[in-house]
Amino acid sequence: MRRFLRKIFLIDLLEGMWVTFRSQHPRNICTDEYPRERPRVAERYRGAPRLNTHPETGETLCIACNLCAIACPEALIVVSSERNEKTKRKELTDFTYDLSRCMFCGLCEDACPVDALELTQDFEIASYTREGLIWDRRMLEEGPRPARYKF
Amino acid sequence: MAQTFLDSTELVLNMGPQHPSTHGVLRVILKLDGEKILGTECVVGYLHRGVEKIAENRTWAQFAPYVDRMDYVASVSNGLGYCLAVEKLLNVEAPPRAQVVRVILTELNRIASHLIWLGTHALDLGAITPLFYVMREREDILNIFEKYCGARLTTHAFRIGGLQYELYDGFEEEVKRFCDILGPRVDEYEELLTVNRMWVARLTKVGILNAADCKACGVTGPLLRAAGVKWDLRKAQPYSGYQHYDFEIPTRSNGDSYDRYVVRVQEMRQSARIVRQAVDRLEPGPIMAKVPKVIKPPVGEAYVSIEAPKGELGYFVVSDGSTQPYRVRVRPPSFINLQAVDRMARGALIADVCAIIGTIDIVLGEVDR
Repeated sequence: MRRFLRKIFLIDLLEGMWVTFRSQHPRNICTDEYPRERPRVAERYRGAPRLNTHPETGETLCIACNLCAIACPEALIVVSSERNEKTKRKELTDFTYDLSRCMFCGLCEDACPVDALELTQDFEIASYTREGLIWDRRMLEEGPRPARYKF
Repeated sequence: MAQTFLDSTELVLNMGPQHPSTHGVLRVILKLDGEKILGTECVVGYLHRGVEKIAENRTWAQFAPYVDRMDYVASVSNGLGYCLAVEKLLNVEAPPRAQVVRVILTELNRIASHLIWLGTHALDLGAITPLFYVMREREDILNIFEKYCGARLTTHAFRIGGLQYELYDGFEEEVKRFCDILGPRVDEYEELLTVNRMWVARLTKVGILNAADCKACGVTGPLLRAAGVKWDLRKAQPYSGYQHYDFEIPTRSNGDSYDRYVVRVQEMRQSARIVRQAVDRLEPGPIMAKVPKVIKPPVGEAYVSIEAPKGELGYFVVSDGSTQPYRVRVRPPSFINLQAVDRMARGALIADVCAIIGTIDIVLGEVDR
């Protein structure tokens, strides 16, 4: 009898409607108004790569050991270096990072012995061209410059 | 006399590869008599990327990110399976703390995978509302993943021999809070669906697959458990310390789509139960076993299978003693479960095909690899 009445008065459907109704309060909105407000990504977020420089001298931290290039599954990092005749040390000349093939696995970051290469929290790395995604040393040290929109 | 097109011959119809309810690029060839299905054939391979071949050109550690891209809805489970297989080959075991963290993350990923399944399955059958609610809860899980390992979907959370990252501050509280809110939220979904007359009518007695058929096709996971077979690899051959956790294997007896729905909803609750126990078991300690920097497993082969959200996920790895795998073979649950479509769909109506494909919970990235 109870089941029959539930069926007649559409109780099962009304219960579902009640769930929807309970969520009507504005505090339940969870949409991000991107790009009006940018999401805060986590500290460990693996986004655009950056080649860190020394904060005071501005010299690169990279020692051109090539470990990141070896660790990369896609072999998209090219490190070029030349030997300094005075100090007998390798010095970085150029660093190419092909973002179009990168899958942000973080293996290069883990391989770096001096914390020079780092995947940062920047995520706005889109480009209109394929060439624009191949980053050289200058871009890696500066980081991406995403468009800022005015509203 | 010329034949008209209004005669009653059989009709062959292609469903997909771009049909929204095939969850990707799956093509199902349907042989129809009116609305009745006489037979089906699945055409797969549209998303083939040759992952198993890629493995042969990468080092052992380099291949780990690729396994995330097979079943991308449950990438953590894939990573766990691969890491366990290579660890078996290397004869090392992850430290206890790493194992507990692995259990927490894989169970959270199981909940996330089932949530996505619930939302999309309901969406296929015309119930749009649950999708928004499940995405809300999945967002919490993905935020935990993002804070832990820096990526939301293709996580690459585990490394061979343990973990790369230590837990972040406040991980335990956040996971516990999520477990607390999950129960009432699952009640909400059940309010929306379990008793809803349209949902019940669309699912009961649709796509029946009994236990014998399941075993004949090699079907595993919630499909097998909905047919009444109490088989869960977490209980049958425990890995990563699952023998220490107290949980139940939900089973049902009819083996139809509705039973699979009930089994998966129950599994979410059980997973939350495991996560809660695992958080209490967290103890300080090392997170990485002693693994050489250049991984060179001894010559040999290993097979490890784990209970992924979709069924038995197996990794068969062969080493020839070099830094690269000689062969990596994946036993994907979706691909093998997909073979049961024909048995389930025969004699059903064409509108039920969406329900049948949805109820298997396939991910085409895993089917085609």
